[in-house]
Amino acid sequence: MDSYQEIIFKLKKYWSDRDCIIQEPYDLEVGAGTMCPETFLRVLGPKPYRVAYVQPSRRPADGRYGENPNRLYKHMQLQVILKPAPADVIEQYLGSLGAIGIDLRKHDIKFEEDNWEAPTLGAWGVGWQVMLDGLEITQFTYFQQCGGIDLDLVPAELTYGLERLAAFLQFKDSIYDVEWGGGASYRDVRFNDELQFSVYNFEMANVETLWKLFELHEGEAARLLRLFDPKLSDKSRFPLLPTYEHVLKCSHLFNTLDARGAISVTERVAVIARVRKLAVGLAGAWMDQQNADAATEPAEAVQ
Amino acid sequence: MSLPFLLEIGTEEIPDWMIEPWLEQLRFHVQGMLDGKSLGGSVSWAEATPRRLAVRADHVVERQVNSRKTSRGPAVSEGETAKIRFAESMGVRAEDLATIQTPKGAYFIAHKEISGKPAAEILTSEIPKVILRILWPKTMYWTGKNGPRFIRPIRWIVALLGGEVVHFGIADVESGNVSVGHRQLGAAHVPVTIDTYESKLRENGVILSAAERRAKIEKDIENLGVRIKPDTALLETLVYLTEYPTAIQGSFDPEFLKLPAEVLVTVMRHHQRYFSVESADGTLAPKFVAIMNTSADPDGLVRLGNERVLRARFNDARFFWETDQKKKLADRVADLAHVTFQAKLGSYLEKTERMIALVKELHGDHAAIRAAQLSKCDLTTELVKEFTELQGVVGGLYARVQGEPDEVWQAIYDHYKPASMEDSIPRNHAGQLVSIADKLDTLLGCFKIGLIPTGSRDPFALRRAAQGVVKILVEGELRLPVRKLLGGDAKLEEFVLDRVRYYFKDIRGFKYDEVNAVLASGWDDLVDVEERLVAIQAVRPTEDFEPLAASFKRIQNILKQAQFTGNGGMIDAALLEPGPEADLYNEFQNVRGTLANQPYRPALESIASLRPKVDLFFDKVLVNAPDAKIRQNRLILLQTLLKEFSTIADFSEIVTNA
Repeated sequence: MDSYQEIIFKLKKYWSDRDCIIQEPYDLEVGAGTMCPETFLRVLGPKPYRVAYVQPSRRPADGRYGENPNRLYKHMQLQVILKPAPADVIEQYLGSLGAIGIDLRKHDIKFEEDNWEAPTLGAWGVGWQVMLDGLEITQFTYFQQCGGIDLDLVPAELTYGLERLAAFLQFKDSIYDVEWGGGASYRDVRFNDELQFSVYNFEMANVETLWKLFELHEGEAARLLRLFDPKLSDKSRFPLLPTYEHVLKCSHLFNTLDARGAISVTERVAVIARVRKLAVGLAGAWMDQQNADAATEPAEAVQ
Repeated sequence: MSLPFLLEIGTEEIPDWMIEPWLEQLRFHVQGMLDGKSLGGSVSWAEATPRRLAVRADHVVERQVNSRKTSRGPAVSEGETAKIRFAESMGVRAEDLATIQTPKGAYFIAHKEISGKPAAEILTSEIPKVILRILWPKTMYWTGKNGPRFIRPIRWIVALLGGEVVHFGIADVESGNVSVGHRQLGAAHVPVTIDTYESKLRENGVILSAAERRAKIEKDIENLGVRIKPDTALLETLVYLTEYPTAIQGSFDPEFLKLPAEVLVTVMRHHQRYFSVESADGTLAPKFVAIMNTSADPDGLVRLGNERVLRARFNDARFFWETDQKKKLADRVADLAHVTFQAKLGSYLEKTERMIALVKELHGDHAAIRAAQLSKCDLTTELVKEFTELQGVVGGLYARVQGEPDEVWQAIYDHYKPASMEDSIPRNHAGQLVSIADKLDTLLGCFKIGLIPTGSRDPFALRRAAQGVVKILVEGELRLPVRKLLGGDAKLEEFVLDRVRYYFKDIRGFKYDEVNAVLASGWDDLVDVEERLVAIQAVRPTEDFEPLAASFKRIQNILKQAQFTGNGGMIDAALLEPGPEADLYNEFQNVRGTLANQPYRPALESIASLRPKVDLFFDKVLVNAPDAKIRQNRLILLQTLLKEFSTIADFSEIVTNA
């Protein structure tokens, strides 16, 4: 039986063998692997790209003080982006399940409609949740739009829920009983984060401070976006990547405020619109910057 | 000679709920194309699984029959040059042109023989268009921004006419004679002919026919020897989620049966797509039936996996249920201050207070007021946060456990009803009032702050709310002043009136002109509207009714032409001319006398009986009399007639053939 880390190694190897760059996690709080620049920005524009990475994904509202066997504040996603999606993308995906020891002849697999939408990113796609013996193990999405921009090449995004997958493979009823590797359980490695972040997010986070931080990051992102001038001669220097980090901060602060119960259902709409505005503005600027870069590359490099 | 034609569009998994209706579109468009291109032939079947839409047509002609096309050219009088030019444009010799005589003179005509094209050639160009003509509810592109759109990527196409492939390409896919089997049970390359298509698929783990998959599921369940809770919607979902369905039975710890059946069934049905199982006495058994998309569960892994998932979900539900019991609903009212209903409309606490006021205005009793007060408290519970579709239901269940009387907990349980026009209304009076108050409050509030639905955008589901109010008022026989409740908001009145019209016309099936006629005479009391509609519907086929309606329209036109809108005063009997005019007046007086306190139907019959007198009046009497006084008096007579007899319905709205 494979340990948690063994499963991750195998999946990374599988996708590495299929010409994916294996990236390391993005070093900022994100709610999903989709939000990392490796997905959000790379899917824009006409350049093919293939990448896989594990992304710890933080969802403050999902925290359960380490008490719930199936729910986590921070879970790990294996995020795979295949841009453009190959015609046999589903077969390749099913092959990856084989690679971690799932013999599909002995299991039930269904693709159930689940269209994905990230309103704060102005992104959406169509796809499925992949159900293995009644358990959702992967979200499979064909991106259509990102940052409000129609995508030139349609990427397939595969998001594996690693804890669930490991619990399934190890026949564990609780994520915390999953064997991580090196003799340690998931509980040994992660319980403290789950407990303490739940306490912070639900009980102790200072709402006023979080709002202030939100506004500071929002303000900085907006300021930078205002400074970005498509007519700049030296556009490639412009710090759009740092700008995007401020947008990500806003998104995470929004999630924390939400978990704290500080955002009403209807306020949500307005706050989401604020973050979305930044994300859409950033995506547009990024496209502009990329196009300029492409145009200045030596002629023989441009295919 | 005629040939069979087979088309299979192979795709990635199509959402289950779209397959059946949109397969019908494909069938329709294929038939339409065959007819439109004179290829003969008719679709013999259309079948689909999540991964394929297939259509077979038979008796397709090999080649279109030759036809002759006749075109009319210039007038003969235009001369030789025009004639030659016309002949050239038609591709015929000038001496072969004929002439035709018309009332406007002689014209040149050209006959052209058009030789029929081979069916294969037509299909090659038409089938791709047919495929892309399907209007899916949500499409995607996958080959790049300007690529074709479909519901999911097309991965293979089988197109055969007789023994030959019909060649075409869509989105990098070339048509051929190779299909694809079931993901686990079949081969990735399955060469087929038209005759072997279904059997080859079967050999490769695909049951093409939806009816057969449905029958297999039912038979499998029967063989398991369990009694499932019948659920046709779930069955249809599973028929279209599978290419090879097989039922397996699983069980769960009977301890979970301490949770309410509503919660367990919701978890099984909505979240896991399991059938729940009933014991002999109709109560929930600790078992479930899952439908796999494969042929067997050789090592029992599928059952184990499903049981484990269900256990996790039930554990969640039980955890939430127990946590929630620590605080009674009644103690949660204050917490609603922290749950926002809408930024400008305040919290759910404020909404609750407004609902209570509305329930009082509707003369709700103590139980209704109590139910209104507790109705939204379940929004603060963990269980509802997890299973939002159970809002209301959970509140009702908690209220019951916490000792609220039947009238109260049932009212809370039901107050989101009706969820659709097919759904029932709340079972008791308190529930009906709370439901109306809830929906009215949402409508009043949203309209006040300008959140008015436009086109298909209706984020607060205001149409459904208004429709729910209408349905409850009518079917609950609540004689409440609906217009008064709308607070004089003209836009909201129009919006609700639109829903009233929709309800009576589309849901109840009354004719649109009858609905318009009745509503034009007022809609303060919807029970009364229904009674008037029933009366009109009954009286309409009688002989005098429609002609009288036509006369009323005539009266209205006369008054309009005379710009006679104001109150004209009293009828002066002395000015009435003996004969038809006086007769009409007397008859009018008689009928009016009998109308008071009469049920609508006999009242309408009495009004209809005026018809001969009205006809005679219009035949013999000149309304537009030279004497201004007499003219005025006649207009007053007509206006009074119209006014007095339009309280049941405005007959001028009735569409007549007269």
